[in-house]
Amino acid sequence: MMIRNARTGAGRLPGWPGSPGYCLVRAVRFLFDGLMHKIAPHPSLSEIVRVFLMIGLQSFGGGMSAWIRREVVARRGWMGEQQFVGGLALAQITPGANGVNLAVFIGTALRGWAGALAALVGMLLAPVAVILVLGAGFVSVRTVPGVESAMAGLGAAAIGLNVANGVRMMRRNVRSATAAAVMVVTAAAIGVAGFKLWMVLIVMLPVSLVLARRA
Amino acid sequence: MIAILLQLAGLFLFLSLLAVGGANAVVPEMQRVVVDSYHWMSAREFVDLFALSRVAPGPGSLIVALIGQHVGGLAGAAVAVVAMFAPSCLLVHLAARAWQHFRDAPWRDRVERGLAPVAIGLVFASAIALTRGTAEGIAAYGLTGVASVVLTVSEISPLWVLGGGALAGWWLGL
Repeated sequence: MMIRNARTGAGRLPGWPGSPGYCLVRAVRFLFDGLMHKIAPHPSLSEIVRVFLMIGLQSFGGGMSAWIRREVVARRGWMGEQQFVGGLALAQITPGANGVNLAVFIGTALRGWAGALAALVGMLLAPVAVILVLGAGFVSVRTVPGVESAMAGLGAAAIGLNVANGVRMMRRNVRSATAAAVMVVTAAAIGVAGFKLWMVLIVMLPVSLVLARRA
Repeated sequence: MIAILLQLAGLFLFLSLLAVGGANAVVPEMQRVVVDSYHWMSAREFVDLFALSRVAPGPGSLIVALIGQHVGGLAGAAVAVVAMFAPSCLLVHLAARAWQHFRDAPWRDRVERGLAPVAIGLVFASAIALTRGTAEGIAAYGLTGVASVVLTVSEISPLWVLGGGALAGWWLGL
């Protein structure tokens, strides 16, 4: 059981750091890790469910794609940075919640339709359960003192989570002045000038694709 | 009961494919149909459900689960969630499969590099729009700024920052 968790790094190591037991388990895990990546680079369906279950539970106030990038790309390396951002683009262009679409994209890329279903179920299971319990309690959150203030604060922090995620993706994916210009114009056209999403996509996508082709 | 479940399914199957950019795009239409056309609840109740969907984790589109629960219990919630997510997720799945099919095509790398600045620009766009739309005042901007910096430079779990934001909001009376 201890070794099964090796790839995710979960589970507690026996003994204190430096003790023989600790070193042994670390060594076995290290070897097992490398071996597993050679044999099966794709995570199992249950791992996909588990990871997206955690993401679904933690994604308060939006920022789901930031959570997904952190868990799937940064911590587990299930997908490369560039492929992830391509998936994010697809998730934004298609109808539906971006985070849920992104989960389906990643599940599909990892394990086909079964992976998509695993990611989707994992992502929605906990939030649906939580919201139905709240709804059944007939909680009118607006009347609870302090809740609106706390939610405003959480919302402001969640925007920061999205900004930080954008900056991290920018560092690795926007490497030329033209790409940076495309990024800024896209952000300003919608965020500042208030153009509709589809109008901006119709103009910026072809421009960006042509520029990337030249680069 | 069956009639209500069918109405729920019809409404959300339809809205699923219109929700480009997320559920926020269709919440006004949702409210119009649910409150004014079907008379399932008052405008006040709808706003309460909307607020509840913001407090809970997960996507904002889960307001459909609350609407379904309100009019049809557990069965209503199940029908609403499946209707809202099935069409859009199927579309994404098919697109992702087609995308995977061309995994090794030489043009895919170029397309991905072309998509990246637009995708990341959209992330910043929604951050700007949300800041302008919801958070007001120096305190909220400050919170967003601090959270951005902390989460960019450190590997701390975002959960701490979100919790800190909620505490700060409560304490400052945002």
